[in-house]
Amino acid sequence: MLKIIVLVSCTFVGVALLLNLWRLIKGPSVLDRILALDTMYINSIALIVLLGLFLGNPLYFEGALLIAMLGFVSTAALCKYLLRGDLIE
Amino acid sequence: MTRFLPHPLLSLVLLVVWLLLNNTIAAGHILLGGILALVIPLLTTPLQKNHPPLRRPLLAVKYLFVLMWDIILSNIEVAIQVMGPLRKLTPGFIAVPLDMTADLPITLLASSISLTPGTVSVEVSKDHQWLYVHVLNLKNEAETIQSIKQRYEKPLKEIFAC
Amino acid sequence: MNVFIEALVIFLLLAGSGFLMVGSIGLARLPDFFTRLHAPTKASTLGIGGVLIASSLYFSVELPGLSVKELVITLFLFITAPITAHMMSKAAMHHQRKPIERTRNMDLMKPARRRKAPVDNQNPKSS
Repeated sequence: MLKIIVLVSCTFVGVALLLNLWRLIKGPSVLDRILALDTMYINSIALIVLLGLFLGNPLYFEGALLIAMLGFVSTAALCKYLLRGDLIE
Repeated sequence: MTRFLPHPLLSLVLLVVWLLLNNTIAAGHILLGGILALVIPLLTTPLQKNHPPLRRPLLAVKYLFVLMWDIILSNIEVAIQVMGPLRKLTPGFIAVPLDMTADLPITLLASSISLTPGTVSVEVSKDHQWLYVHVLNLKNEAETIQSIKQRYEKPLKEIFAC
Repeated sequence: MNVFIEALVIFLLLAGSGFLMVGSIGLARLPDFFTRLHAPTKASTLGIGGVLIASSLYFSVELPGLSVKELVITLFLFITAPITAHMMSKAAMHHQRKPIERTRNMDLMKPARRRKAPVDNQNPKSS
């Protein structure tokens, strides 16, 4: 029962990732693309956690934690670059 | 006491996060986490500004629960608005006058606003008097400002006593 | 596994992934950047929280010992989501992104970009 529900959730998250990809390609501006990328990070964390649930293996959380941190840092760095035109002052 | 433990709360949070990350309460990890919790605040003290102290911790806990409830409610509201017809949405900007000037309470207020009903904080004026907020569906300007001040700013002011 | 806990896990998983999808639909559907910012910061954060807490619950029951690492990820995401939203809206202000026509109080964008007080006649606090 739980495996079926996990697969249904995976479908939802997959649709979400496709919608993000559409926004990433369509734009129209750089900021929309950064926002789409940030949302993609969050959705891929969900996908990894769901994979861990499906396989019954708690080791996947290390990966989820890494993606969460890298996602935040990269979004912050990109926004900073747009604000200042420079990363390290 | 203050020399060796400049930020007791920060030390406690560091220790708890270390134990949560290692998912254990073994004695060795408590020791290592304790050493880290003592050394890291000592090393980072020069980087920190002075924040107003936490005056009412119990009210802070209550504020967290109110915030969580609001996050859940606001998400259902935003979900309905997003899935419904978009032509009826009237987004708008509002300027909320602030009664507090310290950095930490304003940061917490801005974060709470970003996480709750259809509002994202955009910018703070340089003199810390105004907070600019973007509202997804702006119906009544004065009412929105009043609810933000009542619901989030008042408890934060009491918690930090500023 | 206990039926009650399994039902709770299933509910959290479905609600979480549902909110994730709603957030992404909002991102794809809403008309301008400032409104698009609302959907991912709120809906996606709650959605990922639901999925992570469901998995925490499942592994705490299935495997020996509590599984609390997910709570750290949830906490981290809840702290960083408003910060990224704020940085993105700041960058949008800086680049003078135009909101859609029917946005109210569009004149407030100018003082917000310069980080000044709004010129407001009714309010005695403004200067």
